[in-house]
Amino acid sequence: MNKILLIIRREYLSRVKKKSFIVLTFVVPLLIMIMYAGVIFLIADGDKLSGPRSIVVVDESGIFANQFKNDATTTYLYSTSDIETAKEEFKNSKNDFLLQIPPIGEEKRIRVQIFSEKQPGIGLVSSIGDEIENVIRDKKLLDANIDTAILNNLSTKVSVDTKKLTEDGEKDASTIATFGIGLVCAFLIYLFIFLYGVQVMRGVIEEKTNRIVEVIISSVRPFQLMMGKIIGIAMVGLTQFLLWVILSVAVTSVVGAVFVGGAEKNIIENVQSSTGVTDAEMQAVQETGVMEKVMKELGTINFPFILGCFIFYFLGGYLMYSALFAAIGSAVDNETETQQFMLPITIPLIFAFIISVNVVPNAPDSALAFWLSIIPLTSPVVMMVRIAYEVPTWELLLSMGLLIVGFVFTVWIAGRIYRTGILMYGKKVTFKELGKWLFYK
Amino acid sequence: MLKIKNIVKQYAQHKALDDVSFEIEKGSIFGLLGPNGAGKTSLIRIINQITAPDSGEIIFQGEKLNPNHISKIGYLPEERGLYKKMEIGEQILYLARLKGLSSADATLKVKYWFEKLEMKDWWKKKVEELSKGMQQKVQFVATVLHEPELLILDEPFTGFDPVNAEIITNEILELNKKGTTIIFSTHRMESVEKLCDSIALIHKSKKVLDGKVTEIRNSYRSQTYEIGFSANSLNGNLPSDYSLVSTSNNKMTIKMNSNTSSNDLLKALIPYVEITSFEEIVPSINDIFIQTVTENN
Repeated sequence: MNKILLIIRREYLSRVKKKSFIVLTFVVPLLIMIMYAGVIFLIADGDKLSGPRSIVVVDESGIFANQFKNDATTTYLYSTSDIETAKEEFKNSKNDFLLQIPPIGEEKRIRVQIFSEKQPGIGLVSSIGDEIENVIRDKKLLDANIDTAILNNLSTKVSVDTKKLTEDGEKDASTIATFGIGLVCAFLIYLFIFLYGVQVMRGVIEEKTNRIVEVIISSVRPFQLMMGKIIGIAMVGLTQFLLWVILSVAVTSVVGAVFVGGAEKNIIENVQSSTGVTDAEMQAVQETGVMEKVMKELGTINFPFILGCFIFYFLGGYLMYSALFAAIGSAVDNETETQQFMLPITIPLIFAFIISVNVVPNAPDSALAFWLSIIPLTSPVVMMVRIAYEVPTWELLLSMGLLIVGFVFTVWIAGRIYRTGILMYGKKVTFKELGKWLFYK
Repeated sequence: MLKIKNIVKQYAQHKALDDVSFEIEKGSIFGLLGPNGAGKTSLIRIINQITAPDSGEIIFQGEKLNPNHISKIGYLPEERGLYKKMEIGEQILYLARLKGLSSADATLKVKYWFEKLEMKDWWKKKVEELSKGMQQKVQFVATVLHEPELLILDEPFTGFDPVNAEIITNEILELNKKGTTIIFSTHRMESVEKLCDSIALIHKSKKVLDGKVTEIRNSYRSQTYEIGFSANSLNGNLPSDYSLVSTSNNKMTIKMNSNTSSNDLLKALIPYVEITSFEEIVPSINDIFIQTVTENN
């Protein structure tokens, strides 16, 4: 046992001390910070990026006079000239865009032109389009003698709350948020199994091609060497994950405090001014909006339960797959030969991930979702997503139990392939050959 | 020290060891000889408990071989290797601790050996920064650091330059004087013949010969002498007790036919030629090996 600890220690330290580990560990939260700051910056100040702009409106329909609203960055000027003279004037002026609105009759489609020297942004084009549609609609309704008061009451915002009926009474169900978290967890498990499983394989190949493996297994049993490597690398993975969580939380809260405090008001103002809603409407949006809903749901999530499941399925899935990766590493002489053996291992994992993104959210209780969340090769990924939909306890226990059986079994198989493989050189190994190794004494 | 009893090891396609038995005395230098692919490495792996035999057993110091013996055996495999990116000092410490040494004990011993083999500046270096010969030295230190009672060296001299080979040979002899039993495994029989007390010859998975080197060689003596001479020649004046095997300008080989002594041969020759040298031809292990193998075939 003492020896396995020595191996774990070496595997762990030799990786954690590497420059690439340190760089990756600190660069990822930094990237998250930059991304986060960038998004906030763009939302808060995106419009200001383009600087102030002025738009000359040539209104041939006669209904748009003073209908466009000026804001901090956009100024509308109204020209009474006909379009040809307006174009001449525009060329000599410093205005940015020229907007031509044709006469409007009963037609369903109208064509509006924007003239400019530079390409207008998509945001500007679509906001002008929306504005014109609104004005025309209002005018048509007024022409039909419909009151503006009724108009304002026409639109009703609807939000669907999900509540579950349980024996304890009604409970807020939290599908959107848990599904999101489940999906993130499933993705992390998928990513970590690949990332660190391949590291296990590389480590085994390195020891084999270095020929140090024979020196080491004259001191420890091959199984100890394999398990020491697998556990050591699992700890590297957990360390990295933990550091990412800590650093990301620290970094985002710092960024949040610095930027959002000042920027939040700006965002709301910007949203308001660009969509033209009133404060009261804004209030309504905030109360029933998706964000609000997600925030409310986050409060109802059983975090310790989700975290517990994550760690269990991460470790179980990783142990199972990395043992297989170790077996592959032991059977080949260099990394280029791993292809044929990698495929059968990666396919169930990729399949599980595709299913959990595409099928599970729509049909969490379907037979496909059920079986994939029970079978050990796919359960670490699929079950993490299904958990959002409150899986019956027996299904969860069955899935966990089978995962334990699964990894004990694969570790056993891998151990038998490994101890033969690491001493085998210069031989192209086939699946049939691997099968034979299982039964060597 | 080590008794190997009826070891059989079967791989999928071929038998690596077929009923091999012999004994190694404590404190001896033992040569495990045989051509490539004879089964030497398979046997060594079994002694190191890397693989298990299909049948037969090994007795180490009176006990059946078990995991407790691992720390008493040092093994230098034919194909050597170290972690390329790991510092030398750290690496040797790690290998020593895997053999069961405590951290403090291991550190002391590494320092002792580094001093002894003039490797002091290497502690912080990585293996990839060292030359092949230097790496071999590091590997040797890693093998003997835990003061094994049995030292197994598989093709120990391949890759060493003559200077380092000399240094390592002397270290091995010194360890042997302190009581370490040593097994040399090699297909280059002439390289260890002078060092070994006893040998076992393995050919095609079978042991074909074993025993003390002197005894084996004596038993293969054929009472043949090489005689250097000057002036004259025998001109056929050789008594019928002897037969002339070959002759050249100033050397001849003579085989004695009956139970006569070397002095009788000298007496018979002196009247005819002037003798400059007189030596019995004792076959080398290599000759004996070739002879045995051809006989067996």
